[in-house]
Amino acid sequence: MFPVSGVPRFGLMIGFQPFSLKRSITKILAGKGLAGEVLARWYNPAWRNTAVQVLFVLVLAAILAILGWNLRANMLARNIPTDFSFWNDTAGFDINQTPIAYSPLSTYGRAFFVGLLNTLIVAAIALVLTTIIGVIVGIGRLAENRLVSLLAATYVEVLRNIPLLLQLLFWYNAILKPLPGPRQSLIMPLGAVLNNRGLFLPRPSFEAGAAGVAGALAIGLALAYLVWHFSILKPGWPRNLLILLLAVGPAIGFSLHMPPLALDFPILKGFNYAGGFRVSPEFVALLLGLSLYTAAFIAEIVRAGINSVPRGQSEAAASLGLPPGLTMRLIILPQALRVVIPPLTSQYLNLVKNSSLAVFIGYPDLVQVFTGTVLNQTGAAVQVILITMAVYLGLSLMISFAMNHLNRRMAFVER
Amino acid sequence: MLKSLIVAVLIGFSLMAGASAGTLDVVKGRGFLNCGSNPGLAGFGLPDDKGEWHGFDIDFCRAVAAAIFDDPTKVKFLPLSSKDRFTALQSGEIDLLSRNTSWTLSREVGQGFLFTGITYYDGQGFMVHRKLNVSSALELSGASICVQQGTTTELNLADFFRSNNLPYEPVTFATGDEALKAYETGRCDALTTDASGLYAQRAKLTNPADHVVLPEIISKEPLGPLVRQGDDQWFNLVRWVNFAMVNAEEDGVNSKNLEEKTKSESPEIKRLLGFEGNFGEGLGLTRDWIYRIIKHVGNYGEVFDRNLGDGSKLKIKRGINSLWTKGGLHYAPPVR
Repeated sequence: MFPVSGVPRFGLMIGFQPFSLKRSITKILAGKGLAGEVLARWYNPAWRNTAVQVLFVLVLAAILAILGWNLRANMLARNIPTDFSFWNDTAGFDINQTPIAYSPLSTYGRAFFVGLLNTLIVAAIALVLTTIIGVIVGIGRLAENRLVSLLAATYVEVLRNIPLLLQLLFWYNAILKPLPGPRQSLIMPLGAVLNNRGLFLPRPSFEAGAAGVAGALAIGLALAYLVWHFSILKPGWPRNLLILLLAVGPAIGFSLHMPPLALDFPILKGFNYAGGFRVSPEFVALLLGLSLYTAAFIAEIVRAGINSVPRGQSEAAASLGLPPGLTMRLIILPQALRVVIPPLTSQYLNLVKNSSLAVFIGYPDLVQVFTGTVLNQTGAAVQVILITMAVYLGLSLMISFAMNHLNRRMAFVER
Repeated sequence: MLKSLIVAVLIGFSLMAGASAGTLDVVKGRGFLNCGSNPGLAGFGLPDDKGEWHGFDIDFCRAVAAAIFDDPTKVKFLPLSSKDRFTALQSGEIDLLSRNTSWTLSREVGQGFLFTGITYYDGQGFMVHRKLNVSSALELSGASICVQQGTTTELNLADFFRSNNLPYEPVTFATGDEALKAYETGRCDALTTDASGLYAQRAKLTNPADHVVLPEIISKEPLGPLVRQGDDQWFNLVRWVNFAMVNAEEDGVNSKNLEEKTKSESPEIKRLLGFEGNFGEGLGLTRDWIYRIIKHVGNYGEVFDRNLGDGSKLKIKRGINSLWTKGGLHYAPPVR
């Protein structure tokens, strides 16, 4: 029934060369066509590695996209907010430590920044404090004096083996219990007041004279510079005195005429002291707890760093006649620092992340304000947690970056 | 923090699971009810020294379990902080949240929940140290006030002081216990939460007589159980368990006279106990579902009295929580 001819049927029908397995394989092996090209390059390790990685990233991205899309669809189905429009809504609640202006009429976004700043404030001060304590205790553990080294060892063993949360609660109560109520406050020198609501200090505030004083100071400094540079007076104390007088004289004169600063003193108003600058007991407890706890770990790192410096270094210093204090400062510590910095970075990161325990002692940090109250009022759990995670990640990366930079500068320069 | 993170991750995963079978079928298949409860609020939800849960909100979960399984012990309680409770319900970790939670618009339209009714009419109040000689919340100008986080309480507090133009300092804690402890050490002049909670918290203090609850109620806090949106059958069931208990009190049916009432000729009681009409099966339960609730848990009045009223340490008066027939607000639609 079929027409008999020498032409292959299928090839004729679709207008291409007829399919032949053998020919295809030969073609691929020869490196022609897409599949052939892939195969040819597969033998190249660099190309292969890149290809596998690109493939892996694509698959990962696809999985994440599917998960994200599914999450969003289900959240929509359950009437859970999926966007970030809550950011500009009125927050309605109060915060008791506000580094930037904030009231219940502010937005959730502003509440976020208040919480973030509170976290940054406590973390920044705690980082400095914990480093100082840690270095002192770490050196103390290596002291010749048995009592000092025993004390340092006890400090490390006790503090690093008790959960931080318990330590925070301990400090909070240890601070609150002995302090009197506002009406029985301890009046301190210089108008400071201490009670169980915090330490109230007089707060300096700029007055109208501030700009004038700054201007007078600038003029004075310029005059002093001119005299210093072009004066015919011989170097000596009369000239120095004149320069000093020229530098600060106008500023002092102007400030007598118009005071640049005023002090805002705390005064008892009803239940509490109002005015002044307040350091809250929650802040102090958190600062102490974080610093002392992390310092125990830092002390061990410092000790390890010092021990890593070969004994010959201190012996050489001693034979040159350097006293022990100078040996430590000039010879040992700079070399120890190279060993210390990488593990120190982890401790810094831990400290920043541990500051999120603030919520248990009533300090309004990012977690308390944002993942606490804001999450609860808006119901936007996924968004709020995502933002918070991004913030902690960002902070950690910044610290890592700074410490790595320091580490590179401290590294041995190979010659 | 860790807990809320876990819950947030859980919500992420469980939301991916997509729509599931009806909650009632899931609960029946599982063999017990998952109920979110307060981790410790005397009178409302508190485990005793044997680890058994007691309280007003706890008894509601037991009533739901009794209606489904004829066994009030088939409930697993998950203690939740006020911060974590909603995420736990959203994620499906619990079937029902019965944890002195205030019914507000934003929780229904913004967060995907439905309140099934009001079991307790509450309002926010203040407790102060007696030695401060304060008799009204309006005298609290400049005071430090301890408050628990993640509740409508924070908002009401801000609203009250804002509308009265009074300065104050809020000190916010993650849990009610920490807020109470800070209040007791004198960190705060006043503690604020729902009035019912104030009485419960006061009972925990070393010297309850040294503290007074101020008369002002600064907000409406209608407390009740809530469920996820999108499951009408489950919503109806939970809602009618509450109505059934209130109706039983109105009809004078309680756990003590239950057997005697089964012989009653009153059509209302006959319908209530399942001898006339077949309402239980419409809810996915049995005909005698209310009989089961009353037998195992009791009517609304009994539950109130046992946990909060004269039969308890708190001695809270029924007040607006009386039945409508006695001048209160509890008025349940009829079973017919």
